[in-house]
Amino acid sequence: MAKITYIEHDGKEHVVEAPNGQTVMEAAVKHAVPGIDADCGGACACATCHVYVDPEWLTKTGEQNSMEQSMLDFANDVEPNSRLSCQIKISDALDGLVVRLPKSQH
Amino acid sequence: MSTGEIRRVIIIGAGQAGGETAQRLRQGGFEGEITLIGEEPAAPYQRPPLSKAYLKGEYDIDRLMLRPASVYSEERIALLTKTRGVWIDRANRKVRVEGGRELPYDALVLATGAKPRKLPLVGADLDGVHLFRTAADVDAVRARFVSGAKLIVIGAGYIGLEVAAVARQLGLEVTVVETAVRPLARVTSPEVAGFFLDEHTRQGVRFVLGGQPALIKGQDRVTGVALTDGAELPADLVIAGIGVTPDVAIAEQCGLTVNNGIVTDRHCRTSDPNIFAIGDCAARPMVHYEGRIARLESVHNAVEGAKIVAATLTGGKEHTEEAPWFWSDQYDLKLQIAGLFHGYDHVAFRGVMADRAFAAFYYKGDKLIAVDAVNRPAEYLGAKMLIQTNRTLPPSVIEDMSRPMKELVASAR
Repeated sequence: MAKITYIEHDGKEHVVEAPNGQTVMEAAVKHAVPGIDADCGGACACATCHVYVDPEWLTKTGEQNSMEQSMLDFANDVEPNSRLSCQIKISDALDGLVVRLPKSQH
Repeated sequence: MSTGEIRRVIIIGAGQAGGETAQRLRQGGFEGEITLIGEEPAAPYQRPPLSKAYLKGEYDIDRLMLRPASVYSEERIALLTKTRGVWIDRANRKVRVEGGRELPYDALVLATGAKPRKLPLVGADLDGVHLFRTAADVDAVRARFVSGAKLIVIGAGYIGLEVAAVARQLGLEVTVVETAVRPLARVTSPEVAGFFLDEHTRQGVRFVLGGQPALIKGQDRVTGVALTDGAELPADLVIAGIGVTPDVAIAEQCGLTVNNGIVTDRHCRTSDPNIFAIGDCAARPMVHYEGRIARLESVHNAVEGAKIVAATLTGGKEHTEEAPWFWSDQYDLKLQIAGLFHGYDHVAFRGVMADRAFAAFYYKGDKLIAVDAVNRPAEYLGAKMLIQTNRTLPPSVIEDMSRPMKELVASAR
């Protein structure tokens, strides 16, 4: 179980409790956090679940994988801390995670 | 029709298209009544994983749900499960559901989806012969979908090949019977089809191409499939993936224009201005393909339809359409498709098949119309952007692997 905070581009916060094994994308969709569309349901096919991971969490969420990196190459407003949230698996270690949503997905 | 008049929206069909429409109407600020009518027992869920992670047992039904069931009551969406719309009274704007109840609407959205084709064969109703469309279909297969079981897949489309891939990974003996001379004949080029044929063959799948099933054999349950050439293949389980037909019964009943799907304009409006049709059941002009009318069976199409209708009914900003996209997962191969390849006259490759990472770019004249990308996400997304923005790149440029895809896309006109 982990508590995850999603911060919309306009600063609005959504705090979600999510079980281990789900992805950060799934937890957002299940709680209707706006700005994470995730049309493909996590198949890494649509790049509509882009988030910025708060820098202090980057070591715990891990790096972009190669498929994700290629997808993000074509997303808008990509930063070094960009991730596709469908590729981040929730575990106890991510309890307290904070991610921000890009303007382009608003 | 101004939005001020619309107080009641009924959506018939609670698949991804219907579910997304309800959700996006609320997100777009629609305050009126929303009734979502579906035949299945479950709230709207994602179908693509059914032939992938769900069949494999990696995902349960909760994980497939588009939204938790509680969201529907929270957002005042009346979800009627196990309910079928049977009659539309267009003059009085009412839908009758099974059992006789009549529900009035100001706007009606048909998202009735498609029904899998049944095998037109003696024995098709035997125990152990399955179609593959709903979670219940997959649940029915599961007990016999075990290592060592003999599986015959009839139909080598994406569903058939995805099922074959999962079956091999779980240790079943798999034979795929396809009436065409190659797999994926309807959906991709001979080159890409050949790649998938080789891959499945290497993984131990047996193919009978150009094979015509004549009869499903068995007494109480299936024991095999007989082909028209006299061959008999033993089976513990038969799964048919021979395509779907759009569910247009209710549209035909009320006299809407139907032609391989409920025909709509580009705003998903049917021949009745108060009725919209979206998803697998509907055919509309493709804005990226000179307005050619097409009926697409995909998540992309379901979601686009929901976005278009929600924008229209809430008076929101008109939705800018994405180029069509699709995907298929088989073994460790991720196939990502952008665009519509029908009518191509040239194909160019980036990367080589032997590396199991390549992309086929389809051209009609000078124009790039589609891509099949295998383990090549950059090529997929790059081509999708080009098609969306009506740009192209010559085949000789596309084939130049010394330049990254992103750079090529930036240079395109």
